[in-house]
Amino acid sequence: MSDYRVLPGPEHFLPPAAASMGIRLPNPGEAHINGVITSEDKAYEEAARQFLMAKVPTIFPGPLVLWAWNEKAAKKATAVRHLFNTLKECVQPGQKPMLIPMPDYRPKYPKINPEVEINPNHPNLTIWHNKIDCCMFIGVHCHQANLSLKIIRGGTSCYTIAMCAQAGHEDAMLSFRDASVEKIMRLADTVKRLKGTVQPRLTSAKNGASS
Amino acid sequence: MSKERIQISEALYDIMPSDYQDLVKSATYGKEDRGWKDIGTSKELIEQHSLCAGCPESMAFRYILASLPNPEDTVMVGSTGCTSLVFPMVAVHNIHSLFGNQNAIASGLKRALSVRFPGRVKDVVVLAGDGATVDIGLDMTLQAWFRQEKFTTICFDNELYANTGGQESGLMQKGFVAKMAPVGKLFDKVRLPEIARESGCHYVVNCTVSKPSLVEKVIRNAVHVAREIGPTYLQLYTPCILEIGKNSMEGLQEMRDSEKPAERFAYKEYISEPAKQLLAELAAKDKERKAAAKQLAGQASA
Repeated sequence: MSDYRVLPGPEHFLPPAAASMGIRLPNPGEAHINGVITSEDKAYEEAARQFLMAKVPTIFPGPLVLWAWNEKAAKKATAVRHLFNTLKECVQPGQKPMLIPMPDYRPKYPKINPEVEINPNHPNLTIWHNKIDCCMFIGVHCHQANLSLKIIRGGTSCYTIAMCAQAGHEDAMLSFRDASVEKIMRLADTVKRLKGTVQPRLTSAKNGASS
Repeated sequence: MSKERIQISEALYDIMPSDYQDLVKSATYGKEDRGWKDIGTSKELIEQHSLCAGCPESMAFRYILASLPNPEDTVMVGSTGCTSLVFPMVAVHNIHSLFGNQNAIASGLKRALSVRFPGRVKDVVVLAGDGATVDIGLDMTLQAWFRQEKFTTICFDNELYANTGGQESGLMQKGFVAKMAPVGKLFDKVRLPEIARESGCHYVVNCTVSKPSLVEKVIRNAVHVAREIGPTYLQLYTPCILEIGKNSMEGLQEMRDSEKPAERFAYKEYISEPAKQLLAELAAKDKERKAAAKQLAGQASA
């Protein structure tokens, strides 16, 4: 097993793909935390803990949930909204949960408005602008998610979570696989359960994303 | 893709940037009579562009996007050049091909779409500059026409390589001196419209984009003919105001000057016999539809 760990950056300008460092994807029913395969139960706890610790916990829904391609996509979108609402209810004063869309993957020029959206070709702009220190991607096609996760790991100190509908993401610090409405709801339940038990990182000098 | 599938999930509607909400609410996808007159009253399929102020190419782009008969089921194939800076801002599926390769890409794409969606109309439109169409990509351009591939090729003819500083191109006029071609062009402008006709194109037009209603007509005709009969070609003069030493507000006049009867962009049109028949049928159907709509409107108001 690889000694490499997928940790918050900034790692360097071009961080290696975690897969090339020997990190493997979880099997069904598993997840990974920092590149180490673990049970899904542990991953729910850790993801909820990271959300509740963060100063600006953020969910980035991608095109697969933002657009109502089918009934399943619309239901996932509702679950994402529920998770965000739960997060808002569970954080303490001074924490600022955000829900920022990634509507598509176009390389927008001259640049996106980082207040209202995130783009996979320069996701660091949104992280920096909003000082996001923990984020979760959901509904983003794999290639674009990997691109975003690597850029974020390379240039920011943001903790990344992938709620992936396929086989998971090595380049996230924490990754679920086979995402479903039930899994999103379970994460929301875990956040609710841990409410008040996690100390937010509001006073640390190292808070927020760094450039 | 079809219009019905371009819907935002209700639960996340409020967080979508307003340009996407506007696209769903007030763009002209699926509208039968869409055209350049929708510009200003509906959401355009081009959000913004990074071309120079007053660039005629930007006007052409807007007219073309407003005139495509079936934008939700159209794929555009572009090539390197000023247009490739605009495509990321365009709400129509598009592919950026290697320089000069656009007609080869479009050939495969059109065939694949026909196999994948046999019951649905899928239009393919190539949009490239004169360097990609006539110089570096001439082989691919001609071969696609020889094979009677059913898609439209549009050439934005600015008569030089504008994006790289003004080198000589095959469509440059004889004697023209450009920044990177100080000797002046020694040869005549390539007569691609005539070559297109001889190569099997069923609808060929050579014009400027000074008149939006004309651009709308030729775009619709070219797409319809390509869909049903065979290849079509439009050569549109979109002068590069920077490279010919004009100011931002002089692009339109430059086009008007170049379309006078004896000039190189005087309106020229070629329509093959089958294409003539098709366009006549379409015009008759259109007339019938409009008459029926008028009658209905009259009954409703009575």
